[in-house]
Amino acid sequence: MKFWQRFLNLDRKWIFLGIGLVVIIPLLFPLRLPVKPSKPVIDLFNRIDTLGVDNGVVWVVTDFDPGTMPELMPMTMSVLRHCLTKGTPVVLHGGLWPAYIGMAKMAMDNIAVEFPDKKIGEDYVFLGYIPGVTAVILAIGIDIETTFGTDYYGVPYDSLPMMEGVKNYEDISIIVDISGTRSPEYWLMYGQQRYGVDVGVGCTAVSTPSYYTFLQSGQFVGMMGGLKGAAEYEELMERYGYPAGRRPATIGMDAQSFGHLLIVVLVILGNIGYFIVRRGERKVGIERRKE
Amino acid sequence: MSISTSIWVWIAALLTLMIYSFLYKENPFYRLAEHIFMGLSIGYSVVILWYNYILPRIYEPLFFPPHQWSLIFPILIGMMTFGIFSEKYNWLIKYPLAVYVAGYAGVQIPLQLQTMILRQAEASFLTPDKFTSLFSSFNALLIFAGLVTTLIYFYFSAKREHGLGGASQVGIIFIMIAFGAAFGYTVMARISLLIGRMQFLIQDWLGIM
Repeated sequence: MKFWQRFLNLDRKWIFLGIGLVVIIPLLFPLRLPVKPSKPVIDLFNRIDTLGVDNGVVWVVTDFDPGTMPELMPMTMSVLRHCLTKGTPVVLHGGLWPAYIGMAKMAMDNIAVEFPDKKIGEDYVFLGYIPGVTAVILAIGIDIETTFGTDYYGVPYDSLPMMEGVKNYEDISIIVDISGTRSPEYWLMYGQQRYGVDVGVGCTAVSTPSYYTFLQSGQFVGMMGGLKGAAEYEELMERYGYPAGRRPATIGMDAQSFGHLLIVVLVILGNIGYFIVRRGERKVGIERRKE
Repeated sequence: MSISTSIWVWIAALLTLMIYSFLYKENPFYRLAEHIFMGLSIGYSVVILWYNYILPRIYEPLFFPPHQWSLIFPILIGMMTFGIFSEKYNWLIKYPLAVYVAGYAGVQIPLQLQTMILRQAEASFLTPDKFTSLFSSFNALLIFAGLVTTLIYFYFSAKREHGLGGASQVGIIFIMIAFGAAFGYTVMARISLLIGRMQFLIQDWLGIM
């Protein structure tokens, strides 16, 4: 009983230390636990994989900030790599809120290094931030050129060879919203429901349970949920011979698994301890009342 | 092992450690990093808005030929919002709010209804295409039962008797399972963030991995 009482009163700093260790050790000594792609990720991968040059552009949106970068940047990079390796024209849209453009710029800089033979404006286009959130999504359905005017670097829209003939959602094959916010719901409402464009999503683990309902209803084409979803997409990239980069999400999954294991053990022990201590306290109470 | 020589990587690493020092206890280093973060976030957003929108979309079209004078009307309506800061002119805010609320409600209500309610309800109907295999049939029935019993749990206009009580009890089991899944995913998200920072410290800063 004393042990359990001490366990229940354990200083939370020890739990932080434990979590820190189970995260750091697998990063230093990776086990490479297997990653099995799930259906939502396979659906999204297949949808992008079956697109040709003439099926319209893939529109990737970075609706996230540095706070959710570990989960969402690997997804962004994987989708961009996938499109560029296949030769599918891809637009990177720097998000619906001002703080997110930095993430898109970081992805663009990495892409420029990884694909030196691909030309910006011809093989891929980087569109900047435009305020308005829902108004921007609706405006893309009317005229992309009027909405953005130029690309991120100030090049006029009509000077971008890849965007020739790309006028609105009819010329977009799929929106892939990589998001740490509620923006996938906005793309669904104003893009998919209003204009009928396909929407795929890459989201944080926190948002994943609520977005399963949109998968089940067929409103999302596919979904990458959290670091696990990102790792599964990396696995599919490697399996089908695409460049998967350093696979940061896959490397992180070992640490993720051990972190979860520790929390599961702590939850179980905490519950056992709670019931043992409660039973002990009841016994003591009954004995005192008898006395 | 090759420690980074980039000053920016060092600044990022030290700020990360300053933030994590909060796990031990609150201290001036944590406070400093927190204030830097707040200031940077707001400043960054203002600069992005200024250079990506106000300069190219408002200032230049208005003050350089060909002048787009029609922009003055939406700008004036928008500027009425600042009336909130004056006791004498705070009534001005009613006009931009009226435009915003009316426009937004008109666009949002039908689309929200279609996307969030009608399409979701449609997906829970027990149509023959849901019964193509044993697994899909089980899933369809489970979703239907979960939807109905959860809705019954939130129906407060009748006494919990004649089957309503039992159904709402089943509903609460579904709700608890949903909470459990949400908690599990939240743990995953938080650990992912820690992994991201640790990867940065170990790989980019210390150059160990």
